[in-house]
Amino acid sequence: MNPTLTAAERVAIARHPQRPNITDYLSLLFTDFFQCRGDRLCGEDAAILGGVALFHGRPVTVIGTRKGRTAEENLQCNFGMPGPEGYRKALRLMRQAEKFRRPVITFIDTAGAYPGLEAEARGQGEAIARNLFEMSRLTVPVVSIITGEGNSGGALALGVANRVFMLENAVYAILSPEGFSSILWKDAARSKEACDLMRLTAPDLLSLGVIDGIIPEPEGGAHLAPVIAARQVERCLARCLSELSRERGSALAAQRYQKFRKMGGAAPKEDV
Amino acid sequence: MNSIFAKRRARLLAMKAMRDNYVPPEKRITCPRCGKETQRRDLAENLLVCPGCGYHWPLGAYHRLSTVLDSGSFRELNGKYPAGDPLFFPGYKAKLASTQRKTGLTEAVVTATGTIGGYRCVVGVLDSRFFMGSMSAAVGEKITLAIEYAARSRLPLILFSASGGARMQEGILSLMQMAKTSAALSRFSEKGLFYLSVLTDPTTGGVTASFASLGDIILAEPGALIGFAGPRVIEQTIGQTLPEGFQRAEFQEAHGFVDAVVPRHEMRPTLIQLLRLHGKGEHP
Repeated sequence: MNPTLTAAERVAIARHPQRPNITDYLSLLFTDFFQCRGDRLCGEDAAILGGVALFHGRPVTVIGTRKGRTAEENLQCNFGMPGPEGYRKALRLMRQAEKFRRPVITFIDTAGAYPGLEAEARGQGEAIARNLFEMSRLTVPVVSIITGEGNSGGALALGVANRVFMLENAVYAILSPEGFSSILWKDAARSKEACDLMRLTAPDLLSLGVIDGIIPEPEGGAHLAPVIAARQVERCLARCLSELSRERGSALAAQRYQKFRKMGGAAPKEDV
Repeated sequence: MNSIFAKRRARLLAMKAMRDNYVPPEKRITCPRCGKETQRRDLAENLLVCPGCGYHWPLGAYHRLSTVLDSGSFRELNGKYPAGDPLFFPGYKAKLASTQRKTGLTEAVVTATGTIGGYRCVVGVLDSRFFMGSMSAAVGEKITLAIEYAARSRLPLILFSASGGARMQEGILSLMQMAKTSAALSRFSEKGLFYLSVLTDPTTGGVTASFASLGDIILAEPGALIGFAGPRVIEQTIGQTLPEGFQRAEFQEAHGFVDAVVPRHEMRPTLIQLLRLHGKGEHP
C-alpha cells in the first residue's frame, strides 16, 4: 500500500477514466453473467447494472453502479448517477437473491444519485430510503465493494452490507468534495481543502469504523494493472463469502443491524 | 401527586415553547408570501399560520410539541444527549456552542413521550433553527433511541421532519445515520407498530432519503418543500428553472409520495384520528 498519497490525489485516481469498473470485474471474476433489467414499475436505469452470475461456481447476485467508459456509454449510463428506477431495480434483485438464497455483491462507483427533475418526481428520496430499510434486514450475505468514488445516499443505497470494503484509492463520502466546499464555503474551487477535511480515504474510513477492510491496489492505482487489482478483489470476496455463508440468515441480518447501529453513537442496549 | 407533576410538565413545555417562538421580536410580522402584516400575538395564537394566505412559518421543536401533545403529558427522552464533533472539524465546536446558546436546544431534534388525545406515543421533532435541522450523529442517535424506545414500549411513533439533509461537518458519519435510522425503523415495523411521518418545510437530502419517507402514513404541511436534491442543485444540473410548485407538499401528494397535506390547525385532530385507526379499538 502507498501511504504517501494525499486525499486529493486519491480522489483523482478514484475518478480515473481507465479505472476498472463493474463491467471489468464481471468479466474477470465471474462467469455466466445474466443481466436483469427493469424495476417492474416503470423503467430501466442503465446507471445500475445487475444480474445473476457464478462466482467460483456458485450463484450470486451482482449489482453495481456503472459510469461507462466511452462518451456514448457515459450518456447512456447518465455518468453513473442512478435514478429511482435504478434503486428499485436493485431492490428487486436483492429480494430475488433472498428468495433463491444467493449472496449479494455490490460494486459502488458513483458521483451520487441523479439530482434531476424526473428523478425527483418519481421519488428519488423514497427509493433510497426503501433500499436502506430493506437491505438492513436481508437474510443472505451482502458484501459491498467501493471501487471508485462512493458519494452520498446514492452510494449508501447499495452499501448496507455485512462487510464493506474499499479499494486502496477509492473514496467514500457524504458528497463530492466540490459539492462539499460549495455548500460549506460557497466556493467549489476549495475542493482540495475539502478533501483533507472530509476524511474520505480508505484508511480514514477504516479508522472511523465505517468500512471493514482495504483491498490493496497495484502501485500507482488499479488502472495500471486491472488484472492484478481484480485478483485482490477476488481474494477478498472469496474469503468473506466463505465466512458469511456459514452464518444463518437471521444472524446475518442481526450482524448487519448491529454494525450500522453502532455508527456515531453509543452501543445499543439489548432489545427486549 | 400525579397532577402536581403533570402541571409542572405542562409549565415546562409551555416555557420551552415560548422560548421557541419562531417569530422575530418586531411587533408586526410581514408574511414572506403575501406581504400581509399581522400582529405578533395574533400570529402566535394562529399557530404561526398567516391569516391572509395560509403560509406556515417554521415552528420550533418545543413549540411544535406543545401544539400536538396533551397538556401535562410531555416527557423528554434523552434531552441531555450531547452534540459531538466526531471528525474534529475546524470551527465546528464553537459554532455548535453558539447555536446552542441562541436556540436553547442541545441538538437539532427533540424526542419525547406523551399523549395525543389520550393515546400514548413517542414523538420526535426536528428543528430547522439548529444547523438547518441537519442530521448529525447525535440527531441520528436520538432518533434511533426514540424508535427503539417506542419498539420496546410498543408505542406508535410520530416524527416531524424539517431538515436540509446531512450535517456537512460530520461527513461520512452523518451519512451513516441514514442507514442506522432506516434499519431501526425496519425492526420497529416488523413488530407491527405504527410509524407516522410528518414532513414540514423543508424536508430534503438524507432525511428524505431515510426515515422521513418510510412512514406507514406520510402527512405534509401545506407548501412544504420536500425532495432529495435541493431546487438549486437541480437547476444547476439540468440548466433550466423549475416549474412553480415543484417539490412542494401538494406536488408530492399528486405524485404519490404523501397521503395527505394537512394544515397546522387540523394536525392534532388528524393525529388523533390516525392513532385511533391504528389502535386496537380502545378508547383512552
